[in-house]
Amino acid sequence: MSMIQGATGDWEVVIGLEVHAQVSSKAKLFSGASTEFGAEPNTQVSFIDAAMPGMLPVINGKCVEQAVRTGLGLNAKINLYSVFDRKNYFYPDLPQGYQISQYLQPVVGEGRVTVDLADGSAREVGITRLHLEQDAGKSLHDQHPSMTMVDLNRSGVALMEIVSEPDMRSSEEAGAYLAKLRSILRYLGTCDGNMQEGSMRADVNVSVRRPGEAFGTRCEIKNVNSIRFVKQAIEYEARRQVDVLEDGGTIDQETRLYDTDRGVTRAMRTKEEAHDYRYFPDPDLLPLELDPNWVEAIKQSLPELPDQKKARFEKDFGLSPYDADVLVAEKENAEFYEQVVATADPKLAANWVITELFGALNKAGRGIDDSPVSAEALAGLIVRITDNTISGRIAKEVFEIMFETGKPADAIIEEKGLKQVTDTGAIEAMVDEVIAANPDKVADVKAGKDKLIGWFVGQVMKASQGKANPQMVNDLLKAKLLG
Amino acid sequence: MAGLTDLTIAEARDKLTAGEVSARELTEAHIAAVEAARPLNAFITETPERALAQAEASDARRRSGEAGVMEGVPVGIKDLFCTKGVLTTAGSHILDGFVPPYESTVTANLWKAGAVMLGKCNMDEFAMGSSNETSYYGPVENPWRRPGDNRSIVPGGSSGGSVAAVAARIALGATGTDTGGSIRQPASFAGVVGLKPTYGRCSRFGAVAFASSLDQPGPITRTVRDAAIMLRGMAGFDPMDSTSVDTPVPDYEAALTGDISGLKVGIPKEYRMDGMPAEIEALWKQGIEWLKAAGAEIRDISLPHTKYALPTYYIVAPAEASSNLARYDGVRYGLRIPGNDLTEMYENTRAEGFGTEVQRRVMIGTYVLSAGYYDAYYLKAQKLRTLIARDFETAFEEIDVLLTPTAPSAAFGVGEKSDDPIAMYLNDVFTVPASMAGLPGISVPAGLADDGLPLGLQLIGRAFDEETVLRVAGVLEEAAVFDRRPENWWATK
Repeated sequence: MSMIQGATGDWEVVIGLEVHAQVSSKAKLFSGASTEFGAEPNTQVSFIDAAMPGMLPVINGKCVEQAVRTGLGLNAKINLYSVFDRKNYFYPDLPQGYQISQYLQPVVGEGRVTVDLADGSAREVGITRLHLEQDAGKSLHDQHPSMTMVDLNRSGVALMEIVSEPDMRSSEEAGAYLAKLRSILRYLGTCDGNMQEGSMRADVNVSVRRPGEAFGTRCEIKNVNSIRFVKQAIEYEARRQVDVLEDGGTIDQETRLYDTDRGVTRAMRTKEEAHDYRYFPDPDLLPLELDPNWVEAIKQSLPELPDQKKARFEKDFGLSPYDADVLVAEKENAEFYEQVVATADPKLAANWVITELFGALNKAGRGIDDSPVSAEALAGLIVRITDNTISGRIAKEVFEIMFETGKPADAIIEEKGLKQVTDTGAIEAMVDEVIAANPDKVADVKAGKDKLIGWFVGQVMKASQGKANPQMVNDLLKAKLLG
Repeated sequence: MAGLTDLTIAEARDKLTAGEVSARELTEAHIAAVEAARPLNAFITETPERALAQAEASDARRRSGEAGVMEGVPVGIKDLFCTKGVLTTAGSHILDGFVPPYESTVTANLWKAGAVMLGKCNMDEFAMGSSNETSYYGPVENPWRRPGDNRSIVPGGSSGGSVAAVAARIALGATGTDTGGSIRQPASFAGVVGLKPTYGRCSRFGAVAFASSLDQPGPITRTVRDAAIMLRGMAGFDPMDSTSVDTPVPDYEAALTGDISGLKVGIPKEYRMDGMPAEIEALWKQGIEWLKAAGAEIRDISLPHTKYALPTYYIVAPAEASSNLARYDGVRYGLRIPGNDLTEMYENTRAEGFGTEVQRRVMIGTYVLSAGYYDAYYLKAQKLRTLIARDFETAFEEIDVLLTPTAPSAAFGVGEKSDDPIAMYLNDVFTVPASMAGLPGISVPAGLADDGLPLGLQLIGRAFDEETVLRVAGVLEEAAVFDRRPENWWATK
């Protein structure tokens, strides 16, 4: 638990998140229009999405299934009876004049997420609820000098609002929670988690208090669209609140925006928060009633989730909790790793994937999906280490070439003549040569400076251009100098 | 050919089937009648070209051996139904110039059944009104007038244009929609048959919404048989309306056996209201006698929560309306009155686009849903609605159908009640309870008031038991022998 040091003592920050995750579905929540990202403005709008007179919403069963799947993945209670409500307010990108949402009776109830922190500890974050709702369209204020343009492509797209308990106590925990949630959604296939495209956005509730005291007044920072910004916004906001309180002020419960350019949060205009949404059950829609057998069938079809996968990696592959955590965070990484270990040593594979491959990909700005080194190719390289064809050091050289050229390890080893020398005669000849050239050092060793053996190993490896098997060199030198 | 416009739908069907008349001839006669009846202001938009094209297509279908249940029948369409390519106004200024690129399910069903569209019928703005005086396109005049009195009479509302068209013999039938009585009350005022089906029987898709949990399309015709025929052409499950019910559409006409012996008819004592005009009371008694004479068993029953129905309705319906009408904001279609900023544009557009009654209801609805008032009004109203529905459920354990007056009075003069919203709302007192419970109800013309204007009696049935309602209505109709018709004072040629 990290504390904020104030002038008058320590403060604890309390954080809860409301995450809006776009449901992965071909069609919108209540219409058949496409949800594909990046289309020309107003090309994916049905009469329903545009709220033409007389149009009625019809629930998309796929979206309900995705919400239930997500609920199950969050270890949450599935409510077999839930209700859609209208949240009424006027805005040009809200064609109906109301958003269809779930207010008092959401489809998913309480659940929990286990969040792993960098120091190896874990924290449980409670999920309060998950409900389905429509996204609004987009107001474009920069297309015309005096007018606002409206793009309704997003209007009616299904969102899951996932509300957490105020269980987080640092920006790091909030960031880790968001990353974990994103990971779970991606494993489940219920949200692509693409924050750049707006598929996931967070409203961040922040308050501060003296340790052990009751919750302070919170501020809600709206619509933050990256994990990094969430963390920055919390850092700034918590410090701001501490400063206000220590100056004898009070915190107003308000909605704020995070200005990513200046790194500050700012209160939104009070006019916008004065909404009375006049929620009431949408009379165009019947309550959502789920068949328990249908829910059970979805439960049976859930994929292995990050926590389960992590436990399996630790148990089956003997990985450290940290390595396992890094590998399972992204589904694609975990899949890649599993392909590598199909033929390669698990621990070595973990090191290679995490350190060499991720490092190289990062540097190249590429993702695992377009890695120039395939899982099979990486496994091929690792196998050559374990069968002593090459040393770990040479392997790094080979990997670099593989990454640049996409060639398999064996071809590179062959081409460049990097194969490890394991011929005792050849190594012995090099050992003898080095011994003969350094009589004074030999004398030192014999006089008791055993550590100089290492220097001899280095010389022999140098003479072999790194290709001699280091263990054999070591053994031979010991036999000849100490034996 | 005046004779053609006097036909019932059933008679027209027989003549069309026998080849005695073509759909084109029938349609031409009605187009001429519509034109001649413009002083009634029953239509907002006339669509004669389209009617002729549909009629010709209908004749062609008939020649090739196909005929739907409404084949070749010219009808009026309440201007609440969206009709592809035809101006649809909902009687409101705010939908100026709105031509839907889609068709409502009910009208699509009618066209599939062979019906011909004469035009779009005038109505109270957004179906809010009981006199058709709230229409932006001006009031509709009831074809009926008090004998020896030239003053204009309202046709009731909100389906005022539809009942006027049917009563004036300028359409064989017309669609209406009923939220709290908007089919039944005007039917009573204009001496025609108006059927509000069970909620969920006819699709609401493409019908401009007033109060979603109450709105229900239905037929307005001159006879009970015609109502049965036309309902069959309108009804059916619609996957585009989540509140539509997937149950087969029966041949309603087959239910008109005329046999109601042993049928139990409930007379709810709570409908005998203080200050009820004697003529209404007398007509109701007469109705009881007619049904008794036909072999029905009469039972006095109680619907204890009846008195809460009207106030409850005037919470629920405006609440839903306030939200349903939020989409008319000047942004995407219809009227836009510019302003200096967004809020001003909204305010200007909605102030100019909505009439007084619509604004009143939007404000009532907004109020009852507001934080701090929701529990006291909306939530309590929903609870009462459940109790009202339970009253009917209990009653229907021992009876098959209810008989009540349709409206507390005959039609009144234009302008007589338009300044008194409460007096206007009281028009719905007998029709609203069935609406709140989602039950089918029909108004059958049963007699004339002392001032010579028509009066109707209402029958209310079990959910999805339109057949019993129609059967009893048929008996009532036969007994009442309502053969009076309005004098043609409007004819311009």
